[in-house]
Order: sequence, then structure tokens, then C-alpha cells
Amino acid sequence: MSFNDILVMRQEIVLLVIIVLMIIMEIAIPQNKKAGIVHLSIFLFGLHTVIGFFVIDDKSLFGGMYRTTEMIHFFKNILNIGVFIILLQSAQWVKNNLISEHRGTEYFTLLFSSLLGMYFMLSAGDFLMFYLGLELSTLPVAALAAFEVSQRKSSEAGIKLILSAALASGITLFGISLLYATSSSIYFETVSENILNNNLTILGFILFFAGLSFKISLVPFHFWTADVYEGAPIGIASYLSVISKGAAVFILMVLLFTVLKPLMQVWDKLIYVIAIATMFTGNLFALRQQNMKRFLAFSSIAQAGFILLGLLIGNQLGAATVIYFVLIYIFSNLAAFGVVQAISTQTGKESMTDYEGLYRTNPNLSLVMMLALFSLAGIPPVAGFFGKFFLFTAAASEGYYMLVFIGVVNVTISLYYYLLVVRAMFLRKNENPIPFFKNDLYMRLGLLITVAGILVLGIYSPLYEYIYELSNLIN
Amino acid sequence: MITGISIYEILTVTSILFFIGVYGFITRKNLISILISIELILNASVVNFVVINKYLYPENLEGVLFAIFIIAVAAAETALAVSIIISLYRQIGSVEVKDTETMKY
Repeated sequence: MSFNDILVMRQEIVLLVIIVLMIIMEIAIPQNKKAGIVHLSIFLFGLHTVIGFFVIDDKSLFGGMYRTTEMIHFFKNILNIGVFIILLQSAQWVKNNLISEHRGTEYFTLLFSSLLGMYFMLSAGDFLMFYLGLELSTLPVAALAAFEVSQRKSSEAGIKLILSAALASGITLFGISLLYATSSSIYFETVSENILNNNLTILGFILFFAGLSFKISLVPFHFWTADVYEGAPIGIASYLSVISKGAAVFILMVLLFTVLKPLMQVWDKLIYVIAIATMFTGNLFALRQQNMKRFLAFSSIAQAGFILLGLLIGNQLGAATVIYFVLIYIFSNLAAFGVVQAISTQTGKESMTDYEGLYRTNPNLSLVMMLALFSLAGIPPVAGFFGKFFLFTAAASEGYYMLVFIGVVNVTISLYYYLLVVRAMFLRKNENPIPFFKNDLYMRLGLLITVAGILVLGIYSPLYEYIYELSNLIN
Repeated sequence: MITGISIYEILTVTSILFFIGVYGFITRKNLISILISIELILNASVVNFVVINKYLYPENLEGVLFAIFIIAVAAAETALAVSIIISLYRQIGSVEVKDTETMKY
């Protein structure tokens, strides 16, 4: 293996170097100057995001355990941008809460470790690498969810997340062991050659799918979502809802479309039922939420149901629409979480009734929130509409008219509760509304990027064509 | 290989172990017991990997290698879970599930 081969893993290596640097900084920087670590880590990660855009050749390393293609590389860049926005949005929170307790560095180290795990999960060429990546991406997030040790809710979120994740990984492992039994190998290439449509394989596949469903929070396995989002720090909740979910959707899509393609007769029925259940559960439970974080949690469950529509198709069009939808979803959801983060950091208020009359005091924040909710609901001028539109057309092109109809019904339900928040902000009056406050530079930059994404991504059509070409590799 | 015992018996045992673990996870009232149930699930898959490797595909060591990694990761997972349970115990003085229900529905 030559030096050039190693450079194929450039994304991972750069991130690993950053993690090691953060640990050294923790020792090297004196306590009274620890606030600088926030700026430093944002700068380093910004650098990493920029470096990520350089082209990497398609290659597989370590006897096929690690592989990278243009599509995987592109998706890693999407994740980078998402994490960068989360860092910008949570900078103020870290400064206020963690630096004084000397725990700022750990926050960044754990967050980056989790992202590293996601890289390995996306690039996995066999089930062992996939499993290790899955664990490395889950465990640090569980530690982060329990990060506010003085708050009971945070510990509760942490224990709920770690127990659900451990059960999910156990179920996944049992499924992988059955797939290994029937297909003689754990390498994806060999598995896809040898996979047969027999009962043991189907059992293995269903267990495997159940494990991944925990990460995407599909319906029978969604119970942890709302509790963890409510208890965890908001930066971590948004990380779970966009980055973790996005990566899991991507790897599930790659596996379904390549390795498990021979089982398509099985999984298209499975996904059909789960998609309907997920959309209805997410939307109907979101109707009755008063806490903004729980509200966004159930809305993210519903969005996962919409993503399944694209998975159902199983061809290039499906892959392209799913990646495009996830990209837009990352920007819209991060904008919504960013506003919740800003208000919670400044005033500590998270309930929907506190948002009444927000437009009078903080017009800019309410406009960002409105755009984000419109994008999540899929109202035409913003990007979210195009994401949903492509998903529905793709599903209709394969003849799933009934499912598209149910999807449209669900979009209508979701419109109602998204507009509830908009009504609270713009039309309701409040005796003591949230006072006017000024966000710091990082938060404003973070919100600006998300707003730009929401407005531009839908209209800029070369992007979709580019994604469509990339998805060609999947066939 | 164990003489006189075929792969069917061992796989039956591991399947039973797996479902005991899932049942325990759902019904136990104590966080530590839930953790033990998860260990049962993980160990069922460890035995599965080793047995499948040994009986069906003895020419490669993929399954055995996988088993070693699972053991290591399971240790990390348990350590983290126990530390979070301790942090919770410091605040509410209990490790019962019914005491951790401030967030619901």
C-alpha cells in the first residue's frame, strides 16, 4: 500500500488529526484562556470542511473493508456542512455553560469522534467496518446527550439513548450473523453475490433492518426520539435529528439498493407499511406537542417516513431523490433548531406558548423560523417543496399512487401544526413576550447559511442533476 | 467442533438466548437488569458468529474476528451505560425505570 492509497482516506485522517489536536489543546491551553477553544475548533472544522471539497478518487482499501466513491465523498461533505452549522449554532451555549466547568474541549472531541464513526460507516465495505462505524457514531452522542450533568432530564435522555442504541446494535448484530450464515461472508460484494431469498436470510434482514430503524427512528422503534431530543442539549438534538439520521438513511439506502437488492420482493412490502405508519404516527403525535424540541422530534419522525418513499423505488431516481431530500432536510431542520437554540440559550424558554408575539420583538428570528417551517412543510417557493415534490413524483413513476396519496394527506396534516407555530409567532399577542436580544456572530452566520440553503437549493437545478449523475454508481 | 452436537442445537440455544434478552429488555424494571439483558443479546450474536464460522466456513476467520470486536465494543458500551446510570443515580437516588419517567408521550 503506497502513500497515495492512504490519501484516499483523507477525510478521516484530517478529522482524526483535529481530534488529537483538540486533546493536546486541552492540556496545553491554560484554564483562563479556554474560551479560545471554541474559536479554534470552529476554525479547524471549517478548514476541514473546505479541504473536503477536493476530489478523491474511487478506490477500495484494506482488502475491500474500506471503499470510497464519488457519491460517498459527496455525502460526507454534506455531513461536514451540517456539523459545521451545528458548531456555529452551539458556540454561544458552549461558552456560557461548558467553558466555566472546563468541559468545552470534550464537547468538540466527542462530536468529532461521532462524525468520524459516521465516515467509517458510510465508507464501509463489509459488515465489520459498518458495525464499528455505527458504534463509534452512537456512543459519543449518548455521552453528549447526558452532558449537562446538573440537569436530571439530560441524564434521563442519555440513559434512554444508550439503552435503545445498545439494543438496536444487538439486534443488528444478530441479523448480521444470520446473513453471514446464509451468504458465507461479511464482505458486501460476496454477500450480494451469494444472497438467496430463503427464510433465514429474510429473518436476518428483518433484524438488521430493525436495528437501523432505531437510528432513523422509524415507527415501531421511534419511542426514544422525543424523550432524547427533549432532554439532550439542543445542539445534540439537532445533531441526532439531521446528521445521525442522514448518515443512517444513506447507508441503509446503499445497502438496500446494492447488497440486499435480491431481497427487494421482501423489503418493498416492509417499507411500504412502515412508511405509512411512520408518517401518520409522527404527524399525529406532533399535533399535541407544546415543547418545541418534542415538536421538532415528532416532525423529524414524520420526515423520515417521507424519506422511505424514495427508498421504496430502488433505482437511480430513488437514490437521487433521497440524497436531495436529505440535503434539503438538513438545512431546513438546522434552521428550525438554530432558532430554538438561540432563544433557549438567551432566555431558557422552550415552550410553544413562549413563542407568542415573537415577531414583534425578534422579527429576524421569526422570519428564519417561518422559512424553516415552510421548508419542512413543503410550501412552494422554498427548497423543501422541491425535495418532497421529487420524492412523490419518483414514487408515482413506479406506480405507488396510493402511497403518494397518503403522503399528500400527511403533508396536509403537517402543514397544520407547522402553521400553529407560525401563528403563535406572528398573530398571537403576549403580555410578556421574549425580549429582544442580539445573537453572537457565530449564531447569525449559522442561521444565515441555513437560510441561504433553504432559499437557493431548491432553485439551483444543476445541483439535482449533479446528484442524479452521482447516484448512477449505485446500479 | 464439538462431537455429537450439530450446528442446529447451538443455533437454537443462541436464538433462545437472544429472545430472552429482548424479553428482559422490555419487561425488566431496573436499569442494571436492562443492561444485563442487552449483554445477553450481544453474547448470543457472539456465539452465533463463532459457531457459524467454525461449522460452516472454517477456511476463513471472519466470524471469529467479528466476535472479538463485538466483545470489545460491548465492554465500551456497558462502561458508558453504567457511567450514565451513576450520573442519574446521583440526582434521583434510584436506578428504577419508574423513577426516570419525567418525560412522557
